Amino acid sequence: MEFLAGLVDTALGTAVDVLPIAVILVVFQVAVLRRRVPNLGRILSGFAAVLLGLTLFLIGLEQALFPIGETMARQLAAPEAAAAGTAQVDWRDYMLVYAFAAAIGFATTIAEPPLIAVALKAEEASGGLIGSWGLRIAVAVGVAVGVSLGAFRIVTGTPLSWYIIAAYVVVIAQTFRSSRSIVPLAYDSGGVTTSTVTVPVVAALGLGLAANVPGRNPLVDGFGLIAFASVFPIMSVLGYSMATSWLNRLRRARRSREEAT
Amino acid sequence: MRGPVVALSRRLFGAVRDLAPIIVVIAFFQIVVLQQPFPNLGSVLVGLVCVVLGLTLFIQGLETGLFPLGEAIAHAFARKGSVAALLAFGFCLGFGTTVAEPALIAIAAEAADVASGAGVVADDDAAREAYAFNLRMVVALAVGTAITLGVLRILKGWPIHVLIIGGYLLVTAMTAFAPDEIVGVAYDSGGVATSTITVPLVTALGVGLATSLNGRNPMVDGFGLIAFACLTPMIFVLGYGMVV
Repeated sequence: MEFLAGLVDTALGTAVDVLPIAVILVVFQVAVLRRRVPNLGRILSGFAAVLLGLTLFLIGLEQALFPIGETMARQLAAPEAAAAGTAQVDWRDYMLVYAFAAAIGFATTIAEPPLIAVALKAEEASGGLIGSWGLRIAVAVGVAVGVSLGAFRIVTGTPLSWYIIAAYVVVIAQTFRSSRSIVPLAYDSGGVTTSTVTVPVVAALGLGLAANVPGRNPLVDGFGLIAFASVFPIMSVLGYSMATSWLNRLRRARRSREEAT
Repeated sequence: MRGPVVALSRRLFGAVRDLAPIIVVIAFFQIVVLQQPFPNLGSVLVGLVCVVLGLTLFIQGLETGLFPLGEAIAHAFARKGSVAALLAFGFCLGFGTTVAEPALIAIAAEAADVASGAGVVADDDAAREAYAFNLRMVVALAVGTAITLGVLRILKGWPIHVLIIGGYLLVTAMTAFAPDEIVGVAYDSGGVATSTITVPLVTALGVGLATSLNGRNPMVDGFGLIAFACLTPMIFVLGYGMVV
């Protein structure tokens, strides 16, 4: 019964989420475009599938993953060394937290529905040149590094803005060295990573860490992991594209040298 | 009958593969590192079945519903040729999908607590609620502006990196002047604005526009709307923090 009540609740929540979109679409359709949408029935059934799918997905996450993930994040954030009462915080006591942050950042990103959508679209728009799995793995690696570094920042208590600004500088430098056709996609992948699956677990990790590490304030230091998880994928996607084009150039150069001899 | 069954089982397998890393990571840390049994294994398994089915349906719906709809709208606007209507649509889409976003409501409430703790806002419920409401409006306005600007960029073919890097520089400069307690909130607000349903729709809209306009390339011009939607909330929230 509780399960059913949760299902209805989540379904209502998702419907409220979609309502503004539906209203805007209908108003513009009727008032401005005044053209019949092709395959309307199919699109509506697709919309229904998205709603039902998202509802099931969210309720399943609530039921299966979030409770364990959040408890786990809190437990790992309070290692025995710190509990023993050493007032001095040593960042090396938290190695397991960094490992967990990286692993869970990677894993939740792979399952992130908006990223799947963008990756499918990118594969289609690039004519298969950018594989959807290659993109998703590159983004997930970026999130893993970002969340892990973000955990390190909370433990050491260093200012958020140093890291984020340094990351921006690297992204700007990479932008000027990258091909024009990857840059917009890379920028987009920063925003889609932090969504349904990643945010609750990563936020729990941040708040847990800030509450358990001596001298940290959850209100001030708990925020910011999401920001890490949004900047680092840009870096990793640009890096991935730079690495592949560099390898291709190397291969071509070697081939032409072999042909010359 | 065999075709759809094969397609469906392929999608189900895909969803299992997408979720495998989370299951492996959680199981590894629970069993090997923390050395604890799983609490309520039964309900966890039921939940996992829901997650797999849900992801399968969602991806099915993306390809039959959200993507074609985004493309159809893009083509219809491109054919109609009214820039003003298109920009108005972009603004409404950005504003409307953000203002009711649960993640944003949650973060705005937390931000109000932080602000009242820091003494920026009076320490009573009405003042906190007003602050949280204003913050939500600011972020929704920011996303509306972002989609409008992003669509205009696709129409004009402006290079994205100039705008985005300019925005980053602005964020950096504003960080130096904004009060400390708003900085974390501002940075996080960039990420919460893009929901699971908005992203596919907006991406399909951008790629569809770039495909149907002459001289625009879907890779170079079609992507980037999400990037704007992540950037402008930071600028707007930092600005709000400086004004209040």
